[in-house]
Amino acid sequence: MAAITLHRLGKVYPGGVRALDALDLAIADGEFFALLGPSGCGKTTLLRTIAGLEVATEGTVRIGDRDVTDLQPGRRDVAMVFQDYALFPHMTVEENIGYPLRIKKVPRAARHDKATETAAELGLTGLLDRRPGQLSGGQQQRVALARAMACHPQVFLLDEPLSNLDARLRLEARTFLKRLQRELGVTCVFVTHDQAEALALADRIAVLESGRIRQVGTPVEVFRQPANTFVAGFIGSTPMNLLDAEVAGDAVLVAGARLPLPAPVRALVADGDRVVYGVRPEYLDLHPAPVPGALAGRVVVVENLGSSSLVSLDLPGPDGAAGAGLQVVVPEGREPAIGSTGWAVPRDGRSLVYRNGELLHATEPAGATTDPAHAVGPAADSSVTDSPVTDSPVTDSPVTDSSVTGSSVTDSPVGGSVPAGGAVAGSAAGSGAAGGPA
Amino acid sequence: MTAGPATPPRPATAGPGSTIGWRGGLAQIGRYTFVSLVLGFFALPLLWLATAPFDRTPTITTSLPEFTLDNFRALLDNPYALRSLWNSILLSGGTAVLVVTFAALAAYALSRVRVPGRDALLYGLLLLSSIVTGTATMVPLYELAFRLNLIDSRLGVILILSGGLLPAAIFILKDFMDGTPTSYEESARVFGASPVQIVWQIVLPMVRPGLATVAVWAVANVWGNFLVPFLLLRNPDKAPAAVIMYTLYTEGGQANLALLSTFSLLYSLPVVLMFVFVSSRYGFRFHGGIKR
Repeated sequence: MAAITLHRLGKVYPGGVRALDALDLAIADGEFFALLGPSGCGKTTLLRTIAGLEVATEGTVRIGDRDVTDLQPGRRDVAMVFQDYALFPHMTVEENIGYPLRIKKVPRAARHDKATETAAELGLTGLLDRRPGQLSGGQQQRVALARAMACHPQVFLLDEPLSNLDARLRLEARTFLKRLQRELGVTCVFVTHDQAEALALADRIAVLESGRIRQVGTPVEVFRQPANTFVAGFIGSTPMNLLDAEVAGDAVLVAGARLPLPAPVRALVADGDRVVYGVRPEYLDLHPAPVPGALAGRVVVVENLGSSSLVSLDLPGPDGAAGAGLQVVVPEGREPAIGSTGWAVPRDGRSLVYRNGELLHATEPAGATTDPAHAVGPAADSSVTDSPVTDSPVTDSPVTDSSVTGSSVTDSPVGGSVPAGGAVAGSAAGSGAAGGPA
Repeated sequence: MTAGPATPPRPATAGPGSTIGWRGGLAQIGRYTFVSLVLGFFALPLLWLATAPFDRTPTITTSLPEFTLDNFRALLDNPYALRSLWNSILLSGGTAVLVVTFAALAAYALSRVRVPGRDALLYGLLLLSSIVTGTATMVPLYELAFRLNLIDSRLGVILILSGGLLPAAIFILKDFMDGTPTSYEESARVFGASPVQIVWQIVLPMVRPGLATVAVWAVANVWGNFLVPFLLLRNPDKAPAAVIMYTLYTEGGQANLALLSTFSLLYSLPVVLMFVFVSSRYGFRFHGGIKR
């Protein structure tokens, strides 16, 4: 069991492609950590660099109290489960699970016992004599996990652990994986491009874009308080509505409507500022009749999501032409007719304001640490205070245990200088603590 | 004919339909006649190989044999016949071992390491290899073998034949290596396996069908090679079967068909048995452990 600390980690491929760009990241002991991002963002390269399959061109990787930057993968005491599981096709399940022990020159009998025991833990008893080709996708994954567990590594690395399973099996495997990680209590880093997977599994998530970390936080934080418009657009099964807006006093003008400016950011903006107004489709209420403080638009598409429906509205543009689109989630039975006009009201405290792509945080008086990050989970706190890296933007913030998790890491002017993250929507944040994975 | 309501007006098409059937039948007869002819053309020599050794007076035509085993007895009296088969096994086996070993190592390296100009190198080797054991280079090869004191040595023959087969073997095996995902090896690396362990425990077992293919191909090639051993081996005690076959004449200088046919049968049996064995043992099948 060990923490992982990355310090200014960089990877430049021989062709000059920069896959990782001065990454700072602290993953706590026993944490289930997700590396999330679109394809080509460097998340797999980062995982492979931690494993030692790629050699970092700058910076350091520490696992526990060892600097492993220049160590061979086999000497880092990590186990990796590959996306395709990489079970050796010419070996039986038992030989596969026992392979790491065979490398460590464990005698055959002890290997057999260990493989049988590990297989039993993962419900693979009775499959020990089969070959990987004779197993289902879910069983193959469990064999790969058993093989990784057999040598008791300090760190588990999983590359897209669920992407090779079909939809139903994926949900099952997700629950299984989370439970297994809890029981083993081992530090576990996984890579995914599926934000729902990251939100469901991880204690904390790092969102990456082109080799940089755009935000690190608990699922609640990255979902409620995306630090920038990239994260806002990436997280959520339906992307956040991001609308161009202009500040006018204590309100913002969005698509011809006048919406109240969230109270905590009023001090940060001036009249006439161009900002982006963000609100999730789930946090909008659709009314069939005009109401004050609502975005009015014509209903163009209604998509059934099962227990709810996703309604797309066309908002009027500045000169009467068709403007931006807006998406609203409405509960079942409340679907509007196509072509009718709907009025969408943002719920109190759930809307966010971005300027230059970065979230505007409220500046709160020092000591006002009524921040949700505290209550979210033990991992969030320990990861920061345990971190031996002192000069990273993550740890040099004055309010060490709360500003980190919710704030943008890459952007020092906004994220770094404003100590208390996650206080834009006070009431929402307060209730958010209850929803944490604690 | 079960098209539902559309079937009743069908009788109108019965006339042309039967014409097509009649023509189709004729075409079918023609096709099968042609296939039978081709089959016969290739089957007759094999039939000869099966019957002539047991015939009292074999000719170059195939006929029902007057059964006898005298031909085999006569062949056993020839001092070189059986020994030459053993020589063939030595030469082809030695070459196969060398070719498989070096081709596997080279193919693995070429498949996994990025070398500038790698593809050009491979194609160049492939092109040149068809010349190396060919007739054109026999003179310089003889000269080379002479200076290296490899005339009349089985090792010399094995080395020259291996050199000729290696490029194509590397080419074939590299394809097999390219087809196995690197995640197997990376997985083993993370568990701490050394490069030697990775090659021995992971890579080679997975390309076993490829190794078997190359081995069979190398054996078959050496088995049938006449020119190289004919030129390089002086002592008839060391000559392989392909060369000894050339010496089976009657006293009158005519080809001794009785001995020749019997020896041909013995000569082809090991290769046939090897093919059967390898395909039943390795079967060119593959259990997948990678989910695609």
